Amino acid sequence: MGSEPFIAVRKLKKTFHTHEGALEVLKGIDLEIDRGDIYGIIGFSGAGKSTLLRCLNRLESPDSGTVTIGDVEITALDKTSLNGHRQKVGMIFQQFNLFDSRTVYRNVSFPLEVAGIPKARIRTRVEEILELVELTDKINCHPGQLSGGQKQRVGIARALANQPDVLLSDEATSALDPQTTFSILELLKDINRKLGLTIVLVTHELEVIKYACTKMAVIQDGVIIEKGDVRSVFLNPKSETSKQFIKINDEFLKDFVVEEGGGI
Amino acid sequence: MNMHTNSFAEVIQSAFSEPVWTIVGPSVGATVYMMAVTTVFTLLFGIVLGIVLVVTDRDGIRPLPIFNRVLGTVVNVLRSFPSMILIILLLPLSRIVIGKTYGANACILALVASCVPMLGRLVESSIHEIAKGKIEAAKSMGTPNLRIVTKVLLPEALPSLVRAFTIAVIAVIGTTALAGSFGAGGLGDVAVRYGYNRFKTDILIAAVIVLIALVQGIQMIGDAIAKGISRKRFLS
Repeated sequence: MGSEPFIAVRKLKKTFHTHEGALEVLKGIDLEIDRGDIYGIIGFSGAGKSTLLRCLNRLESPDSGTVTIGDVEITALDKTSLNGHRQKVGMIFQQFNLFDSRTVYRNVSFPLEVAGIPKARIRTRVEEILELVELTDKINCHPGQLSGGQKQRVGIARALANQPDVLLSDEATSALDPQTTFSILELLKDINRKLGLTIVLVTHELEVIKYACTKMAVIQDGVIIEKGDVRSVFLNPKSETSKQFIKINDEFLKDFVVEEGGGI
Repeated sequence: MNMHTNSFAEVIQSAFSEPVWTIVGPSVGATVYMMAVTTVFTLLFGIVLGIVLVVTDRDGIRPLPIFNRVLGTVVNVLRSFPSMILIILLLPLSRIVIGKTYGANACILALVASCVPMLGRLVESSIHEIAKGKIEAAKSMGTPNLRIVTKVLLPEALPSLVRAFTIAVIAVIGTTALAGSFGAGGLGDVAVRYGYNRFKTDILIAAVIVLIALVQGIQMIGDAIAKGISRKRFLS
């Protein structure tokens, strides 16, 4: 690892133009993520965390600033190269977003089909990855037959099928119950260890960060107000929001989950 | 035979008699032919139109807002014509394309033109129902737009599309019958010429029975296919 971080976000800005006027969601974000990190980004609803994550594979196009992954400047890619790059950045979602028209096998094979991998190799790869997420017995099921946790495992398998360098997780555990959340986080940690995959995850649940992440950033109103090792942020929160997060967590929801904070 | 000269029961009975069916029978073939050809072209163009409407929408995968608005307006204009008037307006076009303004083939052009905009809108709304997240997932895997259409939009919307096709085919039947009175032949022609102009209510009833059977049959087939697909995907 050189002095340059694996993922570098510089002065990233994004404004949404809605009917109610302009809404500046990202106000100049700077972020560095090293290879092999499990990097957690936490913030309340509307803080801009999902938008930030979606700028990393340009599902959202930033107005200014740069995103660099490895030695590729994502923000400078044309459409074709962007698609090529996206094949190497997996993403999982809160609502799983599996294809109901396809079986588990064909959901996981989707990115491989898109990447133009020969059929025979697709089969070996899909079987291999389903074994990793422990869903081999569901290979011919449809998503409609699976539980939430199993669906997210398929989502993870699909995101990892094409051997990406980075996995983006957009509130991937927020629709799951606490037990399932932990088993999914355990799986992510396992993948991180086994494959050396860099994971960037966005969440509003402090427990997720505490359990899974090595580093974290706290985002509020489009600005990163605190970042660093999870341990140091936890032990010594500097900003009011971080303190609030940790306080809510201690006082109300000791066990597992910080609910989306109304009125905070 | 009609209700001024005979009782209702006699008219109904006559509607199932052999002389009536020697008149109605041959026209069924013409109607089914027009219906089948119109359906093929309507599905073809309607699906393409629907996809283009969704894809070029402001929130679509390839936004072209001005083009989308122009196309939408054309669709709306075509849809606001009553089918009858559209058929009359398109007769000169049939003369240019097909060479005559009467007969089944001449009317198919007008039928397609009046049914495609409707199916286009139905296809558009079917595809709109797909969760945005699925399209984002496909994008996040680096899927080019054309493959998003073929691998995600169409397969995911399939049950809803089948229901849309069913509605469209039934609309085609109705319009085909209407076209009958503009020289297209078929059941509509028989119903108007005999049933309306010559007061042969029994023939009118016989023609209507065939139309009802066609509509009913197609609705049942469409429902069964849509349900079958949903069940296979464990969605219902």
